[in-house]
Amino acid sequence: MKNEIPLWEVFIRGQHGLNHRHVGSLHAADAQQAILNARDVYTRRNEGVSIWVVPSNAISASAPSDKGPLFEPSNDKIYRHPTFYDIPDDVGTM
Amino acid sequence: MYAQMVKSTGSAVKSLDEMTPQERAFQERVDAGERIEPKEWMPDGYRKTLIRQIGQHAHSEIVGQLPEGNWITRAPTLERKAILLAKVQDEAGHGLYLYCAAETLGVSRDELFEALHEGRMKYSSIFNYPTLTWADIGAVGWLVDGAAIMNQVPLQRCSYGPYARAMVRICKEESFHQRQGFDIMMKMANGTPEQKDMAQDALNRFWGPSLMMFGPSDEHSVHSAQSMAWKIKMNGNDELRQKFVDLTAPQAEFLGLTIPDPDLKWNAERGHYDYSEPDWDEFFEVLRGNGPCNKERLGARVKAWDDGAWVREGLMANAAKRRPIAAE
Repeated sequence: MKNEIPLWEVFIRGQHGLNHRHVGSLHAADAQQAILNARDVYTRRNEGVSIWVVPSNAISASAPSDKGPLFEPSNDKIYRHPTFYDIPDDVGTM
Repeated sequence: MYAQMVKSTGSAVKSLDEMTPQERAFQERVDAGERIEPKEWMPDGYRKTLIRQIGQHAHSEIVGQLPEGNWITRAPTLERKAILLAKVQDEAGHGLYLYCAAETLGVSRDELFEALHEGRMKYSSIFNYPTLTWADIGAVGWLVDGAAIMNQVPLQRCSYGPYARAMVRICKEESFHQRQGFDIMMKMANGTPEQKDMAQDALNRFWGPSLMMFGPSDEHSVHSAQSMAWKIKMNGNDELRQKFVDLTAPQAEFLGLTIPDPDLKWNAERGHYDYSEPDWDEFFEVLRGNGPCNKERLGARVKAWDDGAWVREGLMANAAKRRPIAAE
């Protein structure tokens, strides 16, 4: 296990001009092989037009315990949503 | 199923009051239908049971390539050959999605392979049966993939995020597998009398083993009770088996084939088909390693792994050599 083939995270951009999206992971010796493997593992049904691969250990993630401090502050800022404002129907589409 | 008789903690399910505050908070999240993600706290038993279950599921997908791979070079037409190749490639993909999901729980890919190769982890009993004729490839797609779907569809809602997401991808692809199997069966069942006999023979041999895929009744199993409380097992074995029989019996009738069970008949009162239990002694023999193909299947896996060692080593050596250049 000392020389295990490293793990990569795979991101695919679909047909419709959206962002690359995380689809899973795979093992590959280098980036080139990771892209070829990702083609075989994650795009067998024409799911993508572009592939990114990133070594899994290069990703920094927020800790689950930080969920509160990170995300709760936005809960009480409902005025950021357009539906917060009552605009009379007479104004028309806005 | 693709994961059979997975052992859980082996003790009765704790009530919320018996749990530590941490366990209780976890169980309440599961009960509320929240997804558990890799880095979050989880009970040790939950982690271990999931590694066993997802690992066994992954091994089943990989070993499951072997009985079908047997027919790639012998498929009756070029089209059938291309389809079977695509199907077997999908099985490899399913295995890889699942290994990735297992790895998020802290076990490495090589550890999982090693456990399979040393017989410490199992794969589904169904893949220890031989595929003797082309009709068997039809029966495998129709019955074996059909049985797998029964279990995999509800697992898309299981509590562990990476497992549930892997199941979503797998289920999308699995439907092609079952339909291509049924398509082969239709062709055979409507072919010459000899071809129809082959289709019937395949059904005769795969019916019992397909029912066994769901595992013995787990109504009183503490392992199943715990897994169901954790929402990593969504239905009881008998419930899924009944569902499979109810869906499959009319399909066999459509094919003009006879399910090899004289007691199989519609029970209007229950709203289900009555059917006979498969031979559980045979099931346990297969699990013990004494099925028709256990040695051949595991032998093929170990050989592929050993024979591929020089390729893996070469790839790593090549990557190591190129790394400093890439960094400049």
